[in-house]
Amino acid sequence: PARPALCLLAEFADAASLLAANPDATTISIEEPADGTKSQRGRQQEPGREEDDELLGTDDSDKTELLAGQKKSAPFWTFEYYQTFFDVDTYQVLDRIKGSVFPVPGRNFVRLYIRSNPDLYGPFWICTTLVFAIAVSGNLSNFFIHLGKPTYHYVPEFRKVSIAATTIFAYAWLVPLALWGFLMWRNSKVMNIVSYSFLEIVCVYGYSLFVYIPTAILWIIPQKVVRWVLVMFSLCLSGSVLVMTFWPAVRDDNRRIALATVGAIILLHALLSVGCLAYFFDAPEVDFSAPIVPAHNGTTLIKAQ
Amino acid sequence: FAGLADVSISEDIPVEGEISVPVGSHSPDEDYSTLDEPVKDTIMRDLKAVGKKFVHVMYPKKSSALLRDWDLWGPLVLCVSLALMLQGGSADSKEDGGPQFAEVFVIIWFGAVVITLNSKLLGGTISFFQSLCVLGYCVLPLTVAMLVCRLVLLAGSGTVSFIVRLIVVMAMFGWSTLASTAFLADSQPPNRKALVVYPIFLFYFVISWMILTFTPQ
Repeated sequence: PARPALCLLAEFADAASLLAANPDATTISIEEPADGTKSQRGRQQEPGREEDDELLGTDDSDKTELLAGQKKSAPFWTFEYYQTFFDVDTYQVLDRIKGSVFPVPGRNFVRLYIRSNPDLYGPFWICTTLVFAIAVSGNLSNFFIHLGKPTYHYVPEFRKVSIAATTIFAYAWLVPLALWGFLMWRNSKVMNIVSYSFLEIVCVYGYSLFVYIPTAILWIIPQKVVRWVLVMFSLCLSGSVLVMTFWPAVRDDNRRIALATVGAIILLHALLSVGCLAYFFDAPEVDFSAPIVPAHNGTTLIKAQ
Repeated sequence: FAGLADVSISEDIPVEGEISVPVGSHSPDEDYSTLDEPVKDTIMRDLKAVGKKFVHVMYPKKSSALLRDWDLWGPLVLCVSLALMLQGGSADSKEDGGPQFAEVFVIIWFGAVVITLNSKLLGGTISFFQSLCVLGYCVLPLTVAMLVCRLVLLAGSGTVSFIVRLIVVMAMFGWSTLASTAFLADSQPPNRKALVVYPIFLFYFVISWMILTFTPQ
């Protein structure tokens, strides 16, 4: 009498394993049109755009779209859900950092490096490092600037760490949020070929802030010209990463809105950089004489101020 | 079954006695007896455990004792003493002074929690409190450095004292980082070790910075 029940159980087990296999197949066919057909439509519509980012790694992007559909399936209250945002290896993080510091013209950072695997490790730790780099460098720079003065007493200026942290984390999270909301809104009006998820935008912004870390350390050099050259240089590098990422997302829109969006992105980035320089680093004294320091990009500047 | 058919229990053999399960050498007896032991024994046992872990930190061999029997007494003592020693510098801070007690406390504990979460999110197999325990105990070299710095500052605060302090703090920073990675690195997936070690480096760097920039009024 027990045997038929056992047979039924075995059949159920087989059926369950088949069903377990099937949802994957079903998932694939459901998930694909959401992300894949958009890029496919783009390819069919715009064959002439050589600089088109979708051309890059087409097969891979299809495959990674499929994999992405299977990946983030844990409910958001479990720990595994958040582990999917840290699913990166060391070499991947280093590649993404390299891609943000040496932007290749015409290559989209998101498509090339992130490939549907946005991570939160990079943005978070780059922001934290930047906070401490700015605070420590600012403190050191002020120390060297005021060193010879008799009335100067060194203070560690620990308050500035919390101010730097608030500023940088607010920038790295609120600006992507606003940009994502704006792009979603425009997407509802104008069908854009390229659209980014919120996490991908956070990822791009986080990695683009990396170049400010060596910039902040080099800002210790108490020369006005050196500092401003560094500002321009780092703004070019990280700004170009952002522009090359977001230009494809807005170029199908009204020309003026597209230009205004990209302009706003660059303006906010510049404001962050200049604001940090102005607040955390005291201005070098006018009559501060220093030896000739070769500037960051190789030209020698003469100091005799 | 056949051979036992003619076994019979005679009425002469008493079937009585005690059925008692032989108690295992450790668990139930000691648990009960720790209620009766003198308070000094209880405290000394915990102190010995803490002291043993301190020794493990100063001579970091790959032993699992630090990980297995985690406790947070040592980290608490170290954190409080470090935060207390970082006081007294620019206490009447009209401008930005050194970190306040609460700031040091928050940085150490919040930083340790964030690093633990980071390593767990990256797929580490260590448990939450074990990681907190290791990170807290590895603050010991930096606490020693703080003590040395305060003593050196009593002697004077010129360039020589700064160089001495710099060397001591850098050595202790390296020791802390190496000790904690020796304990924590094994529990990480192999191709993500650097991703886990870097935040630990940053954590001890910030603490070292606070120690190095301590200036008494």
